[in-house]
Amino acid sequence: MLSSPFSRSVRLGVKSLFLHKLRSLLTTFGVLFGVSSVISMLAIGEGASEEAQEQIRQLGSQNVILRSLKPEEDPTSSQTTSATKYGLTWPDFERVAGTFPGVEGVVPIRNFTQEVRFEDKVLSNAMTMGTTAEYQDVTGRILHRGRFLGPIDDIKRNNVCVVGYEVARYFFPGREPLGQTIKIGPEYFEVIGVILPRVPIGASATSNAASVTVEIFIPIQTGISWFGSMNVKMNSGSRNIEMVDLHEVIASVKNAETVAQVAAASRTMLAREHPQNDYEVIVPLELLARAEETKRIFNIVLGCIASISLLVGGIGIMNVMLATVNERTREIGIRRALGAKRHHIMMQFLVETVVLSVGGGILGIGLGVLVPYLVEHYADMRTIVTLQAPFLAFGISVTIGLVFGLYPAWQAANLDPVEALRHE
Amino acid sequence: MISLNLGITQSKNKPLVVVAELDDVARIYKMGDTEVRALDGVSVKFSSSEYWSIMGASGSGKSTLLNILGCIDTPTSGAYRVEGKDTKSLDDDSLSDLRGSSIGFIFQSFNLIPQLNVLENILVPTFYRNEESELSIARAEELARRVGLEERLLHRPTELSGGQQQRVAIARALMNDPQIILADEATGNLDSHTTEEILELFSELHDEGKTILLVTHELDVGKRAQNILTLRDGKIESITEGNG
Repeated sequence: MLSSPFSRSVRLGVKSLFLHKLRSLLTTFGVLFGVSSVISMLAIGEGASEEAQEQIRQLGSQNVILRSLKPEEDPTSSQTTSATKYGLTWPDFERVAGTFPGVEGVVPIRNFTQEVRFEDKVLSNAMTMGTTAEYQDVTGRILHRGRFLGPIDDIKRNNVCVVGYEVARYFFPGREPLGQTIKIGPEYFEVIGVILPRVPIGASATSNAASVTVEIFIPIQTGISWFGSMNVKMNSGSRNIEMVDLHEVIASVKNAETVAQVAAASRTMLAREHPQNDYEVIVPLELLARAEETKRIFNIVLGCIASISLLVGGIGIMNVMLATVNERTREIGIRRALGAKRHHIMMQFLVETVVLSVGGGILGIGLGVLVPYLVEHYADMRTIVTLQAPFLAFGISVTIGLVFGLYPAWQAANLDPVEALRHE
Repeated sequence: MISLNLGITQSKNKPLVVVAELDDVARIYKMGDTEVRALDGVSVKFSSSEYWSIMGASGSGKSTLLNILGCIDTPTSGAYRVEGKDTKSLDDDSLSDLRGSSIGFIFQSFNLIPQLNVLENILVPTFYRNEESELSIARAEELARRVGLEERLLHRPTELSGGQQQRVAIARALMNDPQIILADEATGNLDSHTTEEILELFSELHDEGKTILLVTHELDVGKRAQNILTLRDGKIESITEGNG
């Protein structure tokens, strides 16, 4: 029944706390919410950072991405037909490929907006991308089956295409996709490969969300010769004609050290050639560094919030324990008369405080694991509850109990037994 | 009516040993500029197998004497020795040890710990000594049986009558087998019938060789002792023989 003095102290401590169930429960809430916010914030932060880093890594940490940006439209022009020419040009591509030191491979990408059909199935908003054979090496995309575009396809302007996994599933359910012929715009293309999907990044994630899964790759020269360099968009009665040479140029750099140089050279070159500012330069390595920095700041902010809530929780516990000591002054006197030393009294109240805060901590761990689960489920955000988090939280709650229990326990231990016994 | 068979069988006829000794004890409180001499030059020896009652009007120094006898307070001057140890030379921890091992307290308002059950209350004095708990529990149960509460071991103090609570307190006082039983108005909150039961228990303990020091203001109760010490204004007014 009674084993070691310590487990007895814990058992009797719990018994004392159960004498005031509601008060004890309410007291634990401070630590409960503190601990659960630590765990859930860590999980959400960890998840967000992991997701960002994965997206950045998918862009290729040794790549420099140049992208065409549509300049701001003039709001005064209300013409029903407008034609804009903007973005990266072939000479830009040549400059990157030919003159930048440290560049290993350069891939041009041109998007075509065409309807894609197979038999009676239609993908009206498919992203057809014209690119070259190097695309796969530079981006590290993985083929599901078949082959990617080859150099010869571009030279010969072959009507071949590589389709995304989802496209293949949509068009050819239960059928062999290789060798099938799909219709892009007015032209027919033979499927030579199926490529696995990847997660999109940043701004393009939302705008291209639909097209990510419906990507189709064709040789860039084939695309240009069939579809030209004009994209026509119909928007509620007005016609927008966009003329873009290249939507994207991806340069892969020999090693991580030269990424910054190539990025700087690209920026200088584009600033000179494109005063209308119709481009952006994306450097995944810089994004990675920024993501790390963001994560660090995020952690500091979360740490502060969590510390404050834990501090408040701790003060709440201390307050209640001070009231408890006052309430139980007579009990302390009795125990002292029966032979308890100061450290026994000290230990008794410390144990009670730690039991309170650890109780709150354990409930908090439960809540702290539940919240990320709900966030993941309902907010569709990635969360990661690391194994260390519950241990960290447990450690924190023990520490809070010790720190905030110290003063009330010290006060209890130093009561004069004569006075304490006289206390009503 | 209460069976008596606990293994403490010291005979009345053994030679008397001084267990506690007050030697010119004074206790002075400072209240601002004025000094209050709560005890003034009290010298008395308490021996084993003695039954004393300590009487006096309120303000006579009874409580102060009780605190000093119980080692929860120490004299301002003079010496109080328990089993040969001068309490003034002991530090707080040693005084606690001394209380735990040599003195059993019984209070007017029983002073049981409300959140603990009867058995746990009896066990409290053992919490502060490193004793084997199995033996302690057996002894606590034995003591509970002795005071007639073996059926109530798991009851809370609030579920007991005053007399029963005081009997738990007596069992608790006996738990560490102290030589001195220090009872402070132990029957003050009890009716005459229960008072009789408790005093009966004290007599039995006295017969077993305990030194009983009973602080009371009721003459009837005080007379049950062998010796009656009467205090007045912090000094011993008289020491007379009782009926015990």
